[in-house]
Amino acid sequence: MLWWLIGVPVVCALLCLLLRWNRPRRVLLVVAAALHSLLSLFAVTHAPPAQLYGWIALDAAGSLFLIITSGIFLVAACYAVGYLARESAPLRGAEASEAPFANYSEAVFTACLLFFLASMTLVVVSRHWGLLWVAVEGTTLASAPLIYFHRHARSLEATWKYLMICSVGIALALLGNFFLAVAVRESALGGLHLSMSGLEEQARTLNPLWLRAAFLLILVGYGTKMGLVPLHTWKPDAYSEAPSMVSALLSGVLSNCAFLALLRAHSLMVRAGLGDFSRELFVMFGLISMAVASIFLIQQLDYKRLLAYSSVEHMGILVLGAGIGGAAGYGGMLHALNHSLAKSMLFLAAGNTLALFRTKSTLAARGAIRLQPVTGVLWVLGMLAITGSPPFGTFLSELMVLKGVLDGGRSLVGAVYLAAICIAFIGISAVILPLVYGNSQAFAGQESPHANEQGPAERSRESWWALAPPLVLAVVAVVLGVYLPPPLAQLLHDAASAVGVE
Amino acid sequence: MAAWLDAVLVLLMLSGFWLLGSSRLQACIRTVAIQGVLLGLIPLLSEWPDVTPRLAVVAAISALIKAVILPYLLRRAIREANVRHEVDPMVGFTTSLLFGIGLWGISMYLASRLPVAEASVSSLQVPVSIFMVLCGLFLIVSRNTAVMQAIGYLALENGIYGFGWAFAIEEPLLVEMGVLLDVFVGVFVMGITIHHLSREFDTIETDELASLKD
Repeated sequence: MLWWLIGVPVVCALLCLLLRWNRPRRVLLVVAAALHSLLSLFAVTHAPPAQLYGWIALDAAGSLFLIITSGIFLVAACYAVGYLARESAPLRGAEASEAPFANYSEAVFTACLLFFLASMTLVVVSRHWGLLWVAVEGTTLASAPLIYFHRHARSLEATWKYLMICSVGIALALLGNFFLAVAVRESALGGLHLSMSGLEEQARTLNPLWLRAAFLLILVGYGTKMGLVPLHTWKPDAYSEAPSMVSALLSGVLSNCAFLALLRAHSLMVRAGLGDFSRELFVMFGLISMAVASIFLIQQLDYKRLLAYSSVEHMGILVLGAGIGGAAGYGGMLHALNHSLAKSMLFLAAGNTLALFRTKSTLAARGAIRLQPVTGVLWVLGMLAITGSPPFGTFLSELMVLKGVLDGGRSLVGAVYLAAICIAFIGISAVILPLVYGNSQAFAGQESPHANEQGPAERSRESWWALAPPLVLAVVAVVLGVYLPPPLAQLLHDAASAVGVE
Repeated sequence: MAAWLDAVLVLLMLSGFWLLGSSRLQACIRTVAIQGVLLGLIPLLSEWPDVTPRLAVVAAISALIKAVILPYLLRRAIREANVRHEVDPMVGFTTSLLFGIGLWGISMYLASRLPVAEASVSSLQVPVSIFMVLCGLFLIVSRNTAVMQAIGYLALENGIYGFGWAFAIEEPLLVEMGVLLDVFVGVFVMGITIHHLSREFDTIETDELASLKD
């Protein structure tokens, strides 16, 4: 069962590399994603047996993140069909001769998308520290070619930074794993095994000194992948240069996978009786991430970078919630889900807007709602969702985190938290509102340099492939804000207690 | 065998200094390859005389990848990019060596704070590994060519691997293989990226990569 979850995307990825035709390959991508979603649902409801000496197993936290991964990937895959069709359409006349870049091979791109899904699934079901590391590194390697889909100098720059910074970060996490091994060896246990359940059972006998050092390295390593300040520098570059559904996946899914890895480490620390050490570090990283990111949101001149910084801010909320624990721990889990929905939806809408205006500059792209009404509405909904306004789920989860903070009597933390959220609200709305409703004078008087080149007005037709995926996400985001189905609420509680944050 | 093990560790430490002080990319790649061979020797020496066949195979494969295949990929990258020297590093070579002495001091200090009770582990093992990790990090931040940064990444990875050898030998094979595979693919992907960098920018100086910023 669990093998199937990883096997299906891998096999389909290999098929994608072999297939010579674009259309069947796109169908295969969606089929693989749909199959993976069905398998995930089945796995979550049926509690499949553990595999490979218990190294691969699905607990409550894994189930929650598996659902997020699989669901968002399915939506992104549907969006990718329309995106790839648009990108591979032959350019006309002057556009073709002036095309600034040629795209990477579509077969490699599709295969990498599926490898990316497989490695993220492995992250979610890993119950062994070594295997988890291999899987997280796998996500980096599978996603680097995705960022470089547009063969362009800027996307190359982003890819190099992503590859280098994340590889170094993950290497430090590997050192953390070895420190963990030493912590086992220096304890009374002797013998070496890094299986998570085994370590958690015997956590109290581990050598605390080495365990603390290991946690620090793991925090830095997977924190780089998650994009916590000051390890976030690759994030705005990669998110802004990657194709939009890749940004949606990186932000909505991959960050969550890294968060899960951090939660696993935290859970071990809690069971070893060193919970206070990891909690304080989580709170510190969370607050710094929120504060710094919210400052970068102000006057942001690139709307995809804006979304990236907002992502950094929300990662801050997640670790803060986990660090505070109690109601905030549950809120953090809920927020992981809500943030994935809202941010993926925004990135997909940004993809539509980018196709319309062909610029990411917030100064040039204005008045989207007049040319693409549905995308314009999506932007506004997304803005409300991401800033934590009711009736979206993010409102509820951010409130819960705040409640947890105040319950613990940490009023100073609460003040910084609220201030960061307010600044983020101002920064984000100041950029997105002009983007949607602004005066598009910039284009009114501008003569197209080539007579046969399409202006934004002619490109404004919105296809269903581009609209349905973000619309689905928007609907789910609203529904979760109003009504949380009891099984899901139960799963969130189980997940929070499984990793020791509730 | 303890004396031989210490000798290997000292050589690893010296190779770190060599990386810091050298501007020739060829020589640096060769140094990283030598580190790969030395790393392959560590488990054999520390377990001597009861070396299991499994251990020998893992050591041989790791030496093969780290000493032959990865250097080959990096050499190909510099041939295609047509660079031979790190011309203008952010920190000069002599200064880098001085930094190296500082890094060695830090490594010794950190190692003294993290005591290892076991007798089978050489007292040099932890400081040398940490030193190699720090050297790798230093190379990545202080050098401009993409190849040199990839070499730094490899040195960092070697340091971590050396640390792993000392302690994690009993871990099942699978994980070690996974780690090796990831490093292999990582350098492979970096090699491809370097190739594209040299074509796109006509240079692999990463300080030219400055169009994305706030």
